[in-house]
Amino acid sequence: MSEDWIEVGLLSDIPKLGARVVSRDTGDIAVFRTADDEIFALRDSCPHKGGPLSQGIVMGNRVACPLHDWKINLDSGDAVAPDEGCAASYPVKMDGETIMLSLTPNEGCPNK
Amino acid sequence: MKERLIVIGNGMAGMRTVEEILKLDADAYDITVFGSEPYGNYNRIMLSPVLAGDKTIDEIMINDEQWYVDNNITLHKGKTIVDIDRKARKVIVDDGSEYEYDRLLMATGSNPFIIPLPGHDLEGVIAFRDIHDVDTMIDAAKNYKHAVVIGGGLLGLEAANGLMQQGMKVTVLHIVDTLMERQMDSVAGKMLRKSLEERGMEILMPASTKEIVGEGHVEKVILEDGREIETGLVVMAVGIRPNIELASKVGIHCERGVVVNDTLQTFDPRVYAVGECVQHRGETYGLVAPLFEMAKVCANHLVRHGIGLYEGSVTSTKLKVTGIDLFSAGDFIGDENTEELVFQDASRGVYRKLVIDDNKVKGAVMYGDTIDGSWYFDLMRDETDITDFREKILFGQAHLGDSGHGDENRIAMMADTAEICGCNGVSKGDIVQSINVNKLLTLEEVRAHTKASSSCGSCTGLVESLLAHTVGGDYSVAPHLKPLCACTEHTHDEIRNAIKENGLKSIRATMDFLEWDSPDGCSKCRPALNYYVMCAYPDANSDDSQSRFINERAHANIQKDATYSVIPRMWGGGTTPGELRAIADVAEKYKVKTVHVTGGQRIALYGLTKQELPEIWGELNDAGLVSGHAYGKALRTVKTCVGKEWCRFGTQDSTQIGIDLEKMTWGSWTPHKFKMAASGCPRNCAEATIKDFGVVCVDSGYELHVGGNGGIKVRATDLLCAVKTAEEVLEYAAAFMQIYREQAHYLERTAPWIERVGLTYVKEQIVDDEEQRKAFAERFLFSQKFAQDDPWEARAKGAEKHEFEPIKQLNA
Repeated sequence: MSEDWIEVGLLSDIPKLGARVVSRDTGDIAVFRTADDEIFALRDSCPHKGGPLSQGIVMGNRVACPLHDWKINLDSGDAVAPDEGCAASYPVKMDGETIMLSLTPNEGCPNK
Repeated sequence: MKERLIVIGNGMAGMRTVEEILKLDADAYDITVFGSEPYGNYNRIMLSPVLAGDKTIDEIMINDEQWYVDNNITLHKGKTIVDIDRKARKVIVDDGSEYEYDRLLMATGSNPFIIPLPGHDLEGVIAFRDIHDVDTMIDAAKNYKHAVVIGGGLLGLEAANGLMQQGMKVTVLHIVDTLMERQMDSVAGKMLRKSLEERGMEILMPASTKEIVGEGHVEKVILEDGREIETGLVVMAVGIRPNIELASKVGIHCERGVVVNDTLQTFDPRVYAVGECVQHRGETYGLVAPLFEMAKVCANHLVRHGIGLYEGSVTSTKLKVTGIDLFSAGDFIGDENTEELVFQDASRGVYRKLVIDDNKVKGAVMYGDTIDGSWYFDLMRDETDITDFREKILFGQAHLGDSGHGDENRIAMMADTAEICGCNGVSKGDIVQSINVNKLLTLEEVRAHTKASSSCGSCTGLVESLLAHTVGGDYSVAPHLKPLCACTEHTHDEIRNAIKENGLKSIRATMDFLEWDSPDGCSKCRPALNYYVMCAYPDANSDDSQSRFINERAHANIQKDATYSVIPRMWGGGTTPGELRAIADVAEKYKVKTVHVTGGQRIALYGLTKQELPEIWGELNDAGLVSGHAYGKALRTVKTCVGKEWCRFGTQDSTQIGIDLEKMTWGSWTPHKFKMAASGCPRNCAEATIKDFGVVCVDSGYELHVGGNGGIKVRATDLLCAVKTAEEVLEYAAAFMQIYREQAHYLERTAPWIERVGLTYVKEQIVDDEEQRKAFAERFLFSQKFAQDDPWEARAKGAEKHEFEPIKQLNA
């Protein structure tokens, strides 16, 4: 497993059904919090036209892209069928109330 | 162990129900399907194009055998259930095997009716019902020259057309003197006859068959009047009968069909039935749209969600004969209490008749040009009062002030490259291909796969027509009122009423009370609920920013590159050197890429990052500038001309009226964006007659106009009334905004709302009834007490910080 875990912030820093951005030169990562406090991280770029997923409406384990309303699965980063494409997902874990994020994306999606 | 569901019948109704079950809860049942035909599930309504050679069998398969495997469904094809032991809850198959069930779904369809004429059992006498019949017809076309079709209804004519395409000479015998008399009146029937005869079809009617003669194989048909027709094939298409053989044998209550209640349950509570075998509220159905509606409701009850009732269907019909357009829906014959509106142009071959009862559309027949079929169908379904556009209704929707799509609405003649959906760049060819390849059957499916009509929605009618054209005939929109979104069965109006009547003061409370299907709604319903709750209880502080679209959450418009735009308010279109200086300073300091003058008389700055926003707002606030709400479903701008203060034609102070209107209404949230304008004279330089609320000053006072729209579909306003004083202008504006706020559906502009409820209704509420008007205006002003806080000021001072800042900044 990757070594590059970073501390992102506290669970309470992200609103329920919301997202915050980890900003980097090589492309932002969106960190989502669902209604039941699950945390997911995706490349902040919709496979459709690169819309910032962090700005979308979160529902269940999905987010709706703010530009053209594509639905993206938060766990896999895959677009909900029949749309096709993906946003790379990043491993996350909780250390107490602190959100930890790995900067090495999960395998399988070229949109990193 | 999972419960076992056995489905009797592998046709469209049964499999549609199974698909709906899988969608709702894939693990609900172990599903076993029995079908007598040796195929997977195919689209029976597409048999006509197969016969006509337009499609192949493979193209009309809906679910191939792999689909059953992929979904863990056991398919027994070519096997027939011969008995049901309801006590022991098992079915008995024709090979003697037995299978137990917990729930049983009967989808046995219907049988073609064969008239028991002498000779009906000869070889070469067939019905038109399944793939086997089509094969027989195609074979016959190779060996015989002449075919007779008995029955001039929908199916008979499609069969006759297909046989002609196969090269046969076809004679149609019809018992009465109007073709398709169940779908057509006599005028349309005659036009249809003429076009079919021009194609070479021979039609005899009224014609009653006496007997069919032949030695083993059919040779000729003899009519009651003595005429004889030599033929090598007889197709009987005189109607279908619900297949109730099995159900009545095992004692399930049947009349003409298997009798079911509104949840598609039979008299045996463990047994459900859907499709053509069913009799519901006295009606039986032979078209596809009702089957889909039944499937949806039935599946919902089978997985124990228990939501939704099937309340019967209003159906519409189209003939699947290339080049012939006809459409009918509802009660198109009428009675002594109804009126008829008729448009007939014989040389163009166009005919339209609407049956009207109490200014509502009850039925429609169209021949020649059917593009408005889906519109008339919507008017029927919504029971829209047509008083206000009655004189134009026969000319179609394109004539209701639409300059956007007008005459291009001729689907059949459009080239494949013609763009249907301008928002998403989807051409006719793209849509047709997707419908064929992905076997799409509903508007929602076409939207999901192609995106056509999924953005602004203005091409919905075109897409529906294209779908009807491509999948054929009896595709139709569901005739009941549309639910808000897939998360609920409830309509906008039902939801708004529930919120008011039950004191539901949050999104959560509303979802719980109305038993939402999804855990936290979706991007369609959450913003709507947020608005509805806020509108009903302005003082409840219920606003949920996570249920707002990003623009309203960030108080700026997101652009395609994820930057934002900033547009400060300019009251009534006016500004000052000081304000302009502040805007110029901000533009320079933040290196704004584009400074642009908007259509609403304001200045917009583009290309700003989200993080910069609060700081910029603070600097603009310092110069007295506030949020223009250019990003919201909210009061946008009040456009004005300079009026009598400067203009030699000006009759009143339109600028001041504009400023007063904007001061009163800014900050209010509305179902969709809301724009106003005030012009100083009838030359109307402020373009007040394409606004949601427009004031045109005249010498004697003020004309008030409502329901205009300059956007997707241009619509000029309707004149609401004329008033004498500026105070009255404000009162009417407040009342109009409030009735719209309280009664329109979320994301419905004033233009379609007024077309839906009727101008007459709006006048009754806020012009004729003074007390009511004052009450609306008062409620508007009350709600404004909680709405008129500049959102920029609070955020510039640090509110909602998390919205604007990254949680973590790397490589900074």
